[in-house]
Amino acid sequence: MRGSTLKFLLLVAALVFAFAAVAAGCGGDGGGDDGEATQTEPGQEGEAEGGGTLVFGTAADPVVLDGALVSDGESLRAIDQMFEGLVTLEPGGTEIQPGLAESWEANDDGTSWTFQLREGVTFHDGEPFNAEAVCFNFDRWYNFPAPLQSPSASYYWQTVFGGFANPAEGSPGPDDSLYRSCEATDEHTVTLNLTRPSASFLGALALTNFTIASPKALQEFGADEGTVDEETGFRPTGTYGTEHPSGTGPFKFESWARGDRLVLVRNDDYWGEKAKIERLIFRPIPDNAARLQALQTGEIQGYDLVEPQDMETIENDDSLQLLDRPAFNVGYVGITQSHEPLGQLEVRQAIAHALNREQVVTDFYAGRGEVAHAFMPPDLFGYAEDVQQYEHDPERARELLQQAGVQTPVELTFCYPTDVSRPYMPDPRRNFEAFRANLEEAGFRITPRALPWSPDYLGAVDEGNCPLYLLGWTGDFADPDNFLGTFFQTQQKAWGFENQEIFDILDRAEVEPEEDARTELYQEANRLIMQFLPGVPYVHTKPALAFQACVEGYEPSPVSLETFNTVTLEGC
Amino acid sequence: MLRFVVRRLLLLVPILLGLSILVFMWIRALPGGPAQALLGERATEQAVEQIERQYGLDRPLHEQYLAYLRTVGRAEFGTSIATRRPVTAELKERFPATIELAIAAMLFSIVVGIPLGFVAAKRHGGVLDNASLVASLIGISIPIFFLAILLKYVFAVKLGLLPTVGRLSVLIDLERKTNFYVLDAILTLNGAALVDALKHLVLPAIALGTIPLAVVARITRAAVLDVLNEDYVRTAHAKGLGPRIVDARHVLRNAMLPISTIIGLQTGLLLSGAVLTETVFAWPGMGTWLVDAIRARNYPVLQGGILFVSVVFVLVNLIVDITYAIINPRIRYS
Repeated sequence: MRGSTLKFLLLVAALVFAFAAVAAGCGGDGGGDDGEATQTEPGQEGEAEGGGTLVFGTAADPVVLDGALVSDGESLRAIDQMFEGLVTLEPGGTEIQPGLAESWEANDDGTSWTFQLREGVTFHDGEPFNAEAVCFNFDRWYNFPAPLQSPSASYYWQTVFGGFANPAEGSPGPDDSLYRSCEATDEHTVTLNLTRPSASFLGALALTNFTIASPKALQEFGADEGTVDEETGFRPTGTYGTEHPSGTGPFKFESWARGDRLVLVRNDDYWGEKAKIERLIFRPIPDNAARLQALQTGEIQGYDLVEPQDMETIENDDSLQLLDRPAFNVGYVGITQSHEPLGQLEVRQAIAHALNREQVVTDFYAGRGEVAHAFMPPDLFGYAEDVQQYEHDPERARELLQQAGVQTPVELTFCYPTDVSRPYMPDPRRNFEAFRANLEEAGFRITPRALPWSPDYLGAVDEGNCPLYLLGWTGDFADPDNFLGTFFQTQQKAWGFENQEIFDILDRAEVEPEEDARTELYQEANRLIMQFLPGVPYVHTKPALAFQACVEGYEPSPVSLETFNTVTLEGC
Repeated sequence: MLRFVVRRLLLLVPILLGLSILVFMWIRALPGGPAQALLGERATEQAVEQIERQYGLDRPLHEQYLAYLRTVGRAEFGTSIATRRPVTAELKERFPATIELAIAAMLFSIVVGIPLGFVAAKRHGGVLDNASLVASLIGISIPIFFLAILLKYVFAVKLGLLPTVGRLSVLIDLERKTNFYVLDAILTLNGAALVDALKHLVLPAIALGTIPLAVVARITRAAVLDVLNEDYVRTAHAKGLGPRIVDARHVLRNAMLPISTIIGLQTGLLLSGAVLTETVFAWPGMGTWLVDAIRARNYPVLQGGILFVSVVFVLVNLIVDITYAIINPRIRYS
């Protein structure tokens, strides 16, 4: 018994000692150098001749560092630093610019595109970039094996290029494919042949998903290899996308410890503007409040998608800054016409007149929103100023309901998502509450239905189970097709209507090779859509990024295509 | 004793089998699936079907369950839908992170809680006693989330003493052998990493350990008060033993039984408390992993992760029971 007591006391003593050691370890650092290191460590090398390390706080780890196999923002952000496509977008804008191709030319009907490639470019693994490498990448995508044909992997190839050479069951095949073939005419000339004219094709090539990787690295490290078995599904076995991504961009891969850090280093052989910083580290911090605090302590130097409630804190802090991303999204009240009486135009018009969009945008978007009058952002070509307007007018709404001959109050279920913040709706519940009050004032009676964003809410909306709902879209690439085409080119349960006139004009606009004619077609489509009123767009927002004040040279892009090679830490 | 342990371990089999069915059915009863979660706004009907086919989610439920059991039989849990990595590989990274945090939190609560409760009992009714009562009440009632943000604000943002996120500073390199960073730093004789890892542990451990601390302090106080009134304590004093010896041998030792029970129970609760703490401190452990998995309807991770946590839970309880027998020879399992 005595021995046990002794043991216990010893144990307690050991614990006390251990904890004291912890406390001492920290206490000692408090006033001394380590405490300071917590404050400034990532920027400390910044003073040395414009080098330094920048730590960027992300919401999550990338899935894999292979542009062809991802569609999530955090993967794309990291891949953008290491890879480049044939074309890119002007920094901070949506205009198409030369990337790895210096120039390009289409044949008359827009089915064959010839690209003149940049010379003297090498991949990170030392392999030369040339026409063969381009064709290797396109053929790789087109010939993806069955497991990689899933939209969870190659969503953008399917969306833009439509099909695969050897389709798995349920996948689109060569008949649906826009891509026909790739020819390497000479070392630096490459021709992409399409099965039909496409005008949105060039803009889509600027997507991170179509950046060019080193063929040698892709093969050597088994980018497409994996095992498939009944129990576990597809499991990649290669290490290309986790340990050996190899592109041509301003940063190279160094190491990746999941949940902790992804480390990239400057590519000193970069053909373009070499990075000023030496190292770029992405650190996953899922919680928004935690990201803000990490920025305040200097553990990170920047993060994306600042919540509106944090903006004031950042603006009032001299050591921090807020950068606006140009508006490239739309938030809307969706209407599912398969629910009566929403199939009647007057009822939809009544909804549009009932909603006080100005109020919502002013109250809930911290000065970073503008009222939307169409389903695409105003800066994009094809936007029409002269679409039908629906000003806030409850009286008019009530008249329209009367004209429609429906019994008032009109009973409607209105769905909104919980536990989510999107760039176009930072706090969906507040938007919902405001719109609900508007609608009830104008002769509707609203039954609220709150659902967790993913997948419950999205599922309910997609299945057409929500008569009214809040949703939105952030553009992937600078083409109206990415907005209007996504929403209205085909029949969808979420909208629940069939309007051949709208479907047709969007089909025509998608393939029209003449830019002016295309712009006109989209303008006409915008007019038709706002007349038909499948839903009520209400906001375009400018999402914000936060940085420490000493970080300079970061240029926010509307489509989040940003590289850190222009960034300096000189003031840090 | 051995028979008791064996029987308890055998009981694990039906428990886990039942649990696996329960988890399997429960996550599939939730609306929506991995496909919608993966694609967000971009989930079209066709895309959803394709993904469900890819992961075999279009097959009958019993077939899916049997396929799942076969993966468990091979001591793996399938492939994470979100990351495309083996669930076991992620488990190896995540589990040590949570255990490291839980141990630190437990240490904090024991090392501070037992002396606090003991002193309060000895000064029964005094200022210190009342103060510790109030403090422990606050400790129990304060939401972890709020406490964590407060701690970070004071010690990191204002004072700049401690880091606020993660397990290690990004500029410190550490060879990860066990994924217990403190242990790894010791094993590789990496002093800088050791100090850094310990610094990263302090705030999360305090945030997570505060509720157990308050509970431990209150139970200690009550247990010590009980024992202080026992005849044998009076006898010990009467026969001339020094007060320290009485406290250590007679009072504290006999009070340890209820205290160790409560510590065992709190250890289980730490795993659930870790979810919130990990989120606030960007601590890459089991908690954030499973919460993400629920949101993403990441079935393989949920199935594997919950099963694994259950095994751990049962084992911890077993260890607690065995500890009873060691602390108190009156208890015999047969």
